[in-house]
Amino acid sequence: MNDSVIVLLLASIVSQSVPLVLAVTGETLTERAGVTNLSLDGTMMFGAMIAFLTALMLDPAFEADLLPVLAGFTAAALVGAFAALIIAWGSIRLRQDQVAIGFVLTLLLADLANFLGQNYTRIPGPSVKHMPIPLLSDIPLIGPVLFGHDMLVYLTFVLVGVVWWWLYRTQPGLKMRGVGERPESAFTRGVGVNSTRYLYSAIGGALVGMGGAAYSLSIKLGWSDNHILGIGWIALAIVIFGGWRPVRGALGAVLYGAIKTLITYLQQSFPAVPVVLFNSLQWLLMLSVLLFVGSEGLKRLVDLSPKPLQRVLNQALRVAPPEGLGKVFIKE
Amino acid sequence: MRESLLERIWLAAPVLLSVAVTTLLLAVVGANPLTTYGSLVDGAFGSTERLLTTLAFWVPLLFCATGLLVTFNTGLWNIGVEGQMIMGAIGASWVALTVDQLNLGLPGWVIVPLELLVAAAFGAGYGALAGVLKTRGGVHEIFGGVALNNLAIIATNFLISGPWQPPEGGSFRGTVPFPSEAMLPLLGNSRFSPLSLGLALLLLLGVALILGRTTWGLKLRALGKNLRAAFLLGVPSEREMLNAMMLCGALAGLAGSVRVLSWFDSLRQSISGGIGFLAILIVLLAGSRPVWTMLIALLFSALLNGGTIVNLRTQLHSSLSGIIQGTLVLFVLLFGEYRKLFRGKAAESGASPPGAAPAAGSGSTTGAGDSGVMA
Repeated sequence: MNDSVIVLLLASIVSQSVPLVLAVTGETLTERAGVTNLSLDGTMMFGAMIAFLTALMLDPAFEADLLPVLAGFTAAALVGAFAALIIAWGSIRLRQDQVAIGFVLTLLLADLANFLGQNYTRIPGPSVKHMPIPLLSDIPLIGPVLFGHDMLVYLTFVLVGVVWWWLYRTQPGLKMRGVGERPESAFTRGVGVNSTRYLYSAIGGALVGMGGAAYSLSIKLGWSDNHILGIGWIALAIVIFGGWRPVRGALGAVLYGAIKTLITYLQQSFPAVPVVLFNSLQWLLMLSVLLFVGSEGLKRLVDLSPKPLQRVLNQALRVAPPEGLGKVFIKE
Repeated sequence: MRESLLERIWLAAPVLLSVAVTTLLLAVVGANPLTTYGSLVDGAFGSTERLLTTLAFWVPLLFCATGLLVTFNTGLWNIGVEGQMIMGAIGASWVALTVDQLNLGLPGWVIVPLELLVAAAFGAGYGALAGVLKTRGGVHEIFGGVALNNLAIIATNFLISGPWQPPEGGSFRGTVPFPSEAMLPLLGNSRFSPLSLGLALLLLLGVALILGRTTWGLKLRALGKNLRAAFLLGVPSEREMLNAMMLCGALAGLAGSVRVLSWFDSLRQSISGGIGFLAILIVLLAGSRPVWTMLIALLFSALLNGGTIVNLRTQLHSSLSGIIQGTLVLFVLLFGEYRKLFRGKAAESGASPPGAAPAAGSGSTTGAGDSGVMA
C-alpha cells in the first residue's frame, strides 16, 4: 500500500460517510428533543428514491448544474420531515406508541420507495458535481482527503459544527436539551415542550431524508430495488454509540465508513477468506459496540485508568439517553 | 365505556383511506386500479389451488404472530422474530439433510416431529440470545434483533453456498430437495399442510389461555404494563423476559420449519419472505387480541398471495401488498380511534382503557413504548 492509495482510501472514507453523518446528526437532534424516530431505514430509502426521481425528471439529459440536484435534496428533506412529523403527531397528540408508528413507517416507506421507483431502476441520472476547493485542495495529504470533494461533503461537516454550537452554546439549544431531559422543568420555565418537539422532529427528519438523497445523488448513484436497505438501522445504532452527541455521532459515522472501506479493501486483497465473514462483520461490530456501550464495559475501562483521568474520561465517554426520550409530556 | 354508532362506523375510515391511497399510487405508476384489485382478489381466492396457497401463507404468519403475542404482552419489541424464523428453518433443514445423508429409513412420523422440535429449539435459542443481549448486555431488543436478523440471513447464504451446497454445485439458490418423508404431509399438489395449520391454531389457543388464564401470563402482562411495579411485586423480570423471548423464538422457529418443509422443499436464500415483520404488523393491528390476530393474519396472507399473482400477471412490483398492509396499520394507529382524533382533550384524561379500544397500541404495545427504546 503506497501513499497515494492511503490518500485515496482516506478521501473515500470522508465522502462515503456523508449520508450516515447527515442521518445520525438528524436523529440525534430529534432524540435530544425527546422523540424517537424509528423510521430511519424506510425514510432514507424513500429519500434516496424521491431525490433521484426528482432530479431525473427536472434534468433528463444531466446538463444542468445545481438546481435539479438541489430540488432532489429538497424533496427528500420534505418527505423526511413529513414522516417524522407523523410520528411526533401520533405520539404527542394521539398518545400512540412512537416505536409502533416508527416501525410501521419504516416498513411502509421502504415498500413505497420500491413501488414508486420500480420503473426507474438501474438507469443513469444526475449527481452532485465534484468541486475541489481551490488552494486548500493543493495541500499535500490533507488537501485531497478533506478538500477534494463536492459541496455536499463540505456542507455536511460544517453542519455538524453548527449543530454542536447550537446545542451547547445557544439559548434555544439549551431550551431544546431541557425539553429532552426534563420536559416538566422546561415547561415551567416557559418553553413550549410539544412545539419544540415538533420542530426538531421536522428538522431531524429532513436531515435523515437528505441522508438518503446523499446516497442516490452522490455515493451510491441512482436507484435499484432495496437500494440502501439496512443502513437506517446502522444510523440508529450510531446515534447510541455517539451518546446522543452530534460530534461523537459524526465521528461514529466516519469510523463506520472507515471500517466499511477497510473491509472492502481487505476483501479484495484476501479473496481466499470467505465473503460471509466480511458480510457479517458490520453486524457483529454493531452488536459488540452496543454491548460495550450498554453494558458496564465502558465504566470498568474508565475505572482502570489513573484517578485524575477518570473524571475527564467519564465526562467524555458517558453515554446516557435523554431522560425524557420517548415519554409523552402531559400538562398537569 | 360503550362505543357509539358513529365510533363504530368510524372503524371503516382507516380501511377506506388505505384503499384510497393505494388506488392513487396505482394510478401514479400507470396501472389500472380496478383490474389490479380484481387480480388481487382472484389471486387470493380465485380457485381451490389459490385458496390453498393463501392458507399456506397463513400458517407461518400464525406461528409468528402467536409468538409475538407473548413478547408484546411482556412489553418486548421482538424485531428479531425474522431471524428466529430463519434459525428454525436452518434447524429443520439440518435434520432433514442429516436424515437424508444417513439413510436410516426412518418413517415420516419420526422425522417430522424431530424436525419441528429442532426448529423450535433453534428459534428459542436465537430468541434467548436477543434476550440475554438485552437483560445482561444492555442492548435494546430492537437493535439486537436487527443485527441478529441480518446475521441469520448471512448464515443461510453461507450454508447454501458452502457446506450444504448441492453436489452439482454452482447454484446459490438452495440446498438439495429434501426426501418426501422429511416433508410435512401436503394436501394434494398444494404447498399447504393441514397438519401444520392445526398445530398453529392449537398453539394460538394455548398461548391465549396462558396469557389470559394463568399466573405466568399475568406476570408477563404485568411486566409489559409496568416494568418497575412488576419488579417491586417480585416478578423476576429478567428471567420472565427471557422466557417470553424463548417462547416467541420457538414459535417463530416452527414458522421457519413450515417454510422449508411445506412452502419450499429445501433451504432457500430468502427463506423468511418478510413474514416475521408482517406478523409484527398483524399483532400491532390486532392490539394483541388472539381472535383478531387470527383473522387479520388470514387477511394479510390473502393480500400476500394476491400480491404475488398481481406481480406475475402485470409485472407490478411485489411491494403492492406491503403497501396495502402498511397503510392499513398506519391509518388504524393514527385515525382508528374517533375519540382520540376529534376530542383530543378528552382522550388526554385517559378515555381509552387498554384493550377496550379497537385500534392497536392501546393494549400491550403502549407498554413496550413506555419503557423507551433506548432506556
